[in-house]
Amino acid sequence: MTDDLRKGRIVIVGASLAGLRAAETLREEGFTGSLTVVGDEAYPPYDRPPLSKQVLLGQTAPDATGLPIRRDPDAEWRLGVRATGLDPMGKRVLLSDGDPLPFDRLLIATGTRARPWPNPEEAALEGVFTLRTCDDAGGLAARLAAGPRRVLVIGGGFTGSEIASACRERGLEVTVAERGPGPLVGALGGTLSKLAAAMHRGHGVDLRCGVTVTALHGDGGGRFIGADLSDGSRVEADVCVVALGAVRNVEWLADAGLAAGPRGVACDAGCRAFNMYGIVTDDVFVAGDVSRFPHPLFEYQMLSLEHWGNAVAQAEVAAHNMVSPGPLRRPHLAVPMFWSSQFGLNIKSVGVPSFSDQVVIAQGSLEARRLAMVYGYRGRVTAAVTVNMAKSLEYYQHLIETAAPFPPAPGAADRPMAAEIPVPSDVPDPKGLSHGPTVALTGYLPDRRLTVVQH
Amino acid sequence: MQIVVDLTLCQGYAQCVFLAPEVFRLHGEEALLYTPTVPDDQLERVRQAAAACPVQAILVGEEVSAGDR
Repeated sequence: MTDDLRKGRIVIVGASLAGLRAAETLREEGFTGSLTVVGDEAYPPYDRPPLSKQVLLGQTAPDATGLPIRRDPDAEWRLGVRATGLDPMGKRVLLSDGDPLPFDRLLIATGTRARPWPNPEEAALEGVFTLRTCDDAGGLAARLAAGPRRVLVIGGGFTGSEIASACRERGLEVTVAERGPGPLVGALGGTLSKLAAAMHRGHGVDLRCGVTVTALHGDGGGRFIGADLSDGSRVEADVCVVALGAVRNVEWLADAGLAAGPRGVACDAGCRAFNMYGIVTDDVFVAGDVSRFPHPLFEYQMLSLEHWGNAVAQAEVAAHNMVSPGPLRRPHLAVPMFWSSQFGLNIKSVGVPSFSDQVVIAQGSLEARRLAMVYGYRGRVTAAVTVNMAKSLEYYQHLIETAAPFPPAPGAADRPMAAEIPVPSDVPDPKGLSHGPTVALTGYLPDRRLTVVQH
Repeated sequence: MQIVVDLTLCQGYAQCVFLAPEVFRLHGEEALLYTPTVPDDQLERVRQAAAACPVQAILVGEEVSAGDR
């Protein structure tokens, strides 16, 4: 049986980080059959985190972030080709260009795209950008290099904040408009959001919270010149970056009968996709940002993560399971982790900060801009965030993995008074924010509104 | 040659910054920025940096080549 699984045809849809790492792992695990990787961008797999940092700072060219390969995955790369559908009975992927691709096993790794500005005419104004692809980053970096008078960033999540930070470092005036009470509040809660707001303002960002952008304006020639805010004010700017979070690339699966919806494609702990009846498939696997999967540390709720490390870890588990018989399959149990660098701070997170009711500052302080904040839910540790204190993160990861009591016991030499005083974590409903949290708890059901009636 | 740093693993020991300062630099106290496309005259330094990284976060390799497309 193992031999059979190591042969045959595997198709991976998605040629970014998860698709690449899965392809490599399949070969490392002894897969000798045919391997095809389909990607709608025309470029070999590249790394996205530098796009909002080094690339916007002008230190790295937008086409120079190609991902190194660990080994040659000996795959056929179908780049610049979009998957348009999945025929689950015929076991074929339908393509925008060329004949359908037959498969024995399929990995869905189509990731996310930037949520566009909702008004298409305004979004098409010259000078209005989103930031997800290297083409996006190239266009935006060129505009920043040309020295605009002001940049408007809509959305104060991680991407929006990193863009604002890069603009200030380049000496550009920047306004950030966020509907919620502060930047990063959806991901990190109230206390660290206040620190983030202080960092924005301390670095000269014109930060406007509790407002929405109601209209983008162009001049007669279709060039962006400014925006109206819900408080009646107007921002005049030459460049606008829409940083409203991500949309999962699931539209191509509309007729595939899978549990695929706006929150992603639901799969089990072994990365096998659920169909829309909640029945697990055995030939369709999911990995990376497009997936939703249950996690035992967070009450088996389905998690949706837009994290680099999750894409790698989940792709490796999915690939292993695609070529392994049942008893040898592994669960994807990695603890969520991510990082962001902005305004000279290194912010790292482990666990799920939004899965919390209280927080304490267990080391350091807000004033020092150097701290470890621990998040608890019903008396156990569920997450930790460090600011310029990355070496401490591993310790808190251990507390999360062992469901240690919250607040955490004393231990660190730099334990402040604040460690004794839990305060509410203040994570608001994401519906009220411009930015989406990059880690989302999405409930228990592999849901999709059933539109098909079986007779 | 391309590099990618697993910044989930990176703890800011900055050994790479000492060994290959033209490729790796700190942004603030511990956020690492790096040049993903390594200049030819830095290959050896980058290999040393990858070997010296206490958390083994630096992956060195070639890109998927255009010929494979």
